[in-house]
Amino acid sequence: MKIVVAVKQVPARDSQLRIAPAGQWIEEADLSYEINEPDAYALEEGLQLKEKHGGEVVVLCAGPARAAQTVREALAKGADRAIHIEEENLGAFDPLATARLLAAALQPEAPDLILTGLQSDDFGYGQTGVIMAELLGLPHATIIMQVEKQNGHIRVKRELEEGWFQNVEMPLPALLTIQSGISRLRYATLMGIKKAKTKELKRLTAAELGVAPDSPKIALERIYLPERAKRTQLFDGSPKEAAAQLVEKLKFEARVI
Amino acid sequence: MSILAVAEQRKSPEGQPVWNRMSWETLAAAQQLAREMNLPASAAVAGHGIQQLGGELASRQFEKAYIVEHPLLESYTPDAYAAALRQLVERVKPALVLFPHSYQVRDFLPKLATSLGRVAVSDVVAHRVEGGKLTLVRQLFQGKVNADVSFTSAGPNFASLQAGAYRAGQLQPGTAALETFTPELDPGSIRTKPLELFRESQRAVDLGAAELIVSVGRGIKEAENIELVRKLAEALGAELAASRPICDAGWLPMERQVGSSGQTVAPKMYLAVGISGAIQHLVGMKGARTVVAINKDPNAPIFEIADYGIVGDLFQVVPELTEAVRKAK
Repeated sequence: MKIVVAVKQVPARDSQLRIAPAGQWIEEADLSYEINEPDAYALEEGLQLKEKHGGEVVVLCAGPARAAQTVREALAKGADRAIHIEEENLGAFDPLATARLLAAALQPEAPDLILTGLQSDDFGYGQTGVIMAELLGLPHATIIMQVEKQNGHIRVKRELEEGWFQNVEMPLPALLTIQSGISRLRYATLMGIKKAKTKELKRLTAAELGVAPDSPKIALERIYLPERAKRTQLFDGSPKEAAAQLVEKLKFEARVI
Repeated sequence: MSILAVAEQRKSPEGQPVWNRMSWETLAAAQQLAREMNLPASAAVAGHGIQQLGGELASRQFEKAYIVEHPLLESYTPDAYAAALRQLVERVKPALVLFPHSYQVRDFLPKLATSLGRVAVSDVVAHRVEGGKLTLVRQLFQGKVNADVSFTSAGPNFASLQAGAYRAGQLQPGTAALETFTPELDPGSIRTKPLELFRESQRAVDLGAAELIVSVGRGIKEAENIELVRKLAEALGAELAASRPICDAGWLPMERQVGSSGQTVAPKMYLAVGISGAIQHLVGMKGARTVVAINKDPNAPIFEIADYGIVGDLFQVVPELTEAVRKAK
């Protein structure tokens, strides 16, 4: 089975974000980056399917030069080769343009299965995978917690609200968006890191793929920190002092102790 | 030019079509936007054997209530739902189509919008209408940052609304002209086959009934560190719960997960330790009477809904808090 896993590099989860002066984006200067978490699970699922059924895992990533780090880590974990669409200004691409970019790189690969995370931790549109499926004319399913390959088709477990699930069958080729927690993530081994250096990493540009972010359908006008809906009583001082003040409030104001 | 709200129904375990409750918020939002933009609003629901639900839509203040009816819409598939709603949109020609940001909508809306050359604005939390121009507000970075987003072209445009962003109670009663719309659907074009709905396991822990909950998130860093939080829960006499990443990692069983994919809780007190407060978590606990947050990031979204908070290192704060609780009892 030939599997392509589309991954994205995003600011690390525990980053403290600051808005850039123009209010268009965050300050990127001192951020550290990591693989988008649901994409890490998509990669893990791709690797496990390959281990069970044979074939190849190709990592596909659109992002600036720094995203090469995320691509190399995916190769170190066991992906066979990678395609990096190097694009410094991905912010100008709306989800449709981003999906066009990824689909253009995907098409010649003709994979049996395309996996990606259900949403990104940065924009969080949760749309790129489904749009890609529509552009490529493939069936899809989202928020997947299990993938089982059967004769010529797959059976997947879709997560629904409030603890419900549904099994869905579909033919291959298909596209799935993977939910975090589908399995346990592996770490790259020393051997894997060494091997990754010899693996194929193809670099492409948006121009080479013939995709430009012209006429975006939606525009991000401004970003800002949200206002607090509630006035939180914050307790300062040493941890001991803060804890004592909190307990006082919980006992005499909230009356829960 | 109009606003169209698409409500969502699903089959109950007994096989009857029932509303997804988020639909009422979407319907109320459509009425509100229609007033502010000076446009008529209509409502639609798709499925099979849903006349009764259509009748309920027709008793609200809308211009029209559409029943999108077809046997191939009996069970949800993205192919059939996207095709049926595309045909409705082409017929009705709305400027704006609103959906609840449900798991089902997340599955088909991007496909529907793409098929019409549009991009949906997903997971909207608020809006503004200024000089007739609509600006939608959505969250980036797991709720840490807000963004103003606008459409760049004329309709049909699409948006999905976050659970709890609009008030179902604002929905105005009235009468709407009921119309059945029968899309043309080809069974051969439906590629996915939906099978049984199921729940994983019986829930041994009913967090919904807990009066006090101490909940732990990814700030705890290691499985062994959960002991620290467990001691605090014990001191308070609280149930221990967790955000999704903790259960995904297997550090606590899934039945202790609070959030959109786990349990919904409404305790007297919810004490969140090392939980940043992504929306998927907040929807599961914002009914708590008192919310307490301990987090090192002062901008963590959990502080937006917290009554009391300590900004600091949980590894220092939690042991002190456990000690102080023990003394206070």
